[in-house]
Amino acid sequence: MLTVETFDTLAQAAGAMTPESRFLGGGTLIMRGVNYGDQSFQRIVRVRDRSLREIRSESGRIVIGAGATMADVMAASETSFLADVARQVGGPAVRNMATIGGNLFAPHPYGDFTTALLALDASVRLSDGSEQPIENFLSARSSMRGLVASVSVSRPMGDEFRFRKVSRVKPKGVSVMSIAVWLPRQGGRISQARIAFGAMGPTPLRAKAAEQALEGVNLDAQGIEQALSVATAGLSPMDDSLASAWYRNEVAPVHLRRVLLGEGNR
Amino acid sequence: MAKTPVRFTLNGSETALFVDGGANLLDTLRRGVGDLSPKYGCGQGTCGTCTVLIDGEPHLSCLTLAETVEGRSIETTGGLSNGADLHPLQRVFMENFGAQCGYCTPGMLMAAKALLAKNPNPSREEVVEAISGNICRCTGYEPIIDAILATAGQMRGRVA
Ligand SMILES: Cc1cc2nc3c(=O)[nH]c(=O)nc-3n(C[C@H](O)[C@H](O)[C@H](O)COP(=O)(O)OP(=O)(O)OC[C@H]3O[C@@H](n4cnc5c(N)ncnc54)[C@H](O)[C@@H]3O)c2cc1C
Ligand code: FES
Ligand code: FES
Repeated sequence: MLTVETFDTLAQAAGAMTPESRFLGGGTLIMRGVNYGDQSFQRIVRVRDRSLREIRSESGRIVIGAGATMADVMAASETSFLADVARQVGGPAVRNMATIGGNLFAPHPYGDFTTALLALDASVRLSDGSEQPIENFLSARSSMRGLVASVSVSRPMGDEFRFRKVSRVKPKGVSVMSIAVWLPRQGGRISQARIAFGAMGPTPLRAKAAEQALEGVNLDAQGIEQALSVATAGLSPMDDSLASAWYRNEVAPVHLRRVLLGEGNR
Repeated sequence: MAKTPVRFTLNGSETALFVDGGANLLDTLRRGVGDLSPKYGCGQGTCGTCTVLIDGEPHLSCLTLAETVEGRSIETTGGLSNGADLHPLQRVFMENFGAQCGYCTPGMLMAAKALLAKNPNPSREEVVEAISGNICRCTGYEPIIDAILATAGQMRGRVA
């Protein structure tokens, strides 16, 4: 039988974590495990602290509490640029429950919101106050100790940030892949682009070869050609019931092209 | 094994009971309280028939840890009608053949109720979005969508 331990603060909860514990976000993944007899954990740790759910501006960056839900992100004015991403996670009931913190740990094919955070160079703050770039966090998340307190991002300008979720069922459906791009421009040319793919590896991953190929180019069919040809370098998609790894690799450049050029309907 | 006390209001009535560690809200409502209106379909968030409103917002009760609803207000389909007087959604679902086997209906009704409370004049697209987490294997959805739109029209008419 499971034990549930409830604490007032995140620091207390972090102190109580053992290898047999799971920290409860919205529970959409954990409770599935509970209902289906997952024996890999015996304890659920949770906090009452409502401040974990706060979304606020702090010295030029937007800080999103790990306990904020997709619905919270859609409602907050600070995160208006992420509302369209949050809206594409599950149906309305899932969005009222699913947290940003839980999305950071969601296994393939989940993690659509995290894919957007990766493209935006988010920073992840842990319960001990330390911060790390989201890319480092993702590569080490399976062995992470401590809990996530919040993530922060800077607000992208105008149409610099774009997101697309490719799924087979509309409006709700799990990702064949999701793609997030951040395309800062200098004098019309792309500088320091970020491209992140979800459901194309064990965690959301950056397509670094494609990012580099976009450096200094114009955002048009000719400018992005080289980036498309290396779109899947470094990605490691898997087979699942929605699509094979082969299919994912084949269609990734097609969808990336549409995102970059703003083409096609979702 | 220690049980945890939890108190909430269910369809307006104060409710208190003890739950086991890890108990979900759906089991707690069905077995603990005896409200059989929310249904168990999948236990993994996919089907939506266990949808209940928590503080007015739709949630999947099968994925809600029961003790997290302490102090909150829960609404289920069991509380929709007033005795023999059906809620407008229930009546119009019936008139539009919005239920065949009826298994999805409790979730559909609660998702629709939450939508109409926020948006009394939804577009067809907004209705589709509102029930996008609810699976129906019988109706092909059209009668359900029509029923929700028709209810919205009737409820607006009554207020006007
Ligand atoms: C029907 C359905 C549809 C879905 N659709 C999508 C979708 O379209 N896109 C998508 O990305 N996901 C989807 N999901 C998956 C899931 O709902 C989301 O990924 C969600 O964001 C997970 O968050 P949670 O708060 O529910 O996680 P939980 O189940 O609470 O936790 C998940 C994991 O994260 C850990 N965790 C949570 N918070 C913290 C923290 N602060 N610090 C450290 N560890 C933490 C937990 O310990 C656990 O291991 C779907 C799920 C369902 C049931
Ligand atoms: S029983 Fe809860 S979503 Fe299917
Ligand atoms: S009426 Fe049978 S599942 Fe919807």
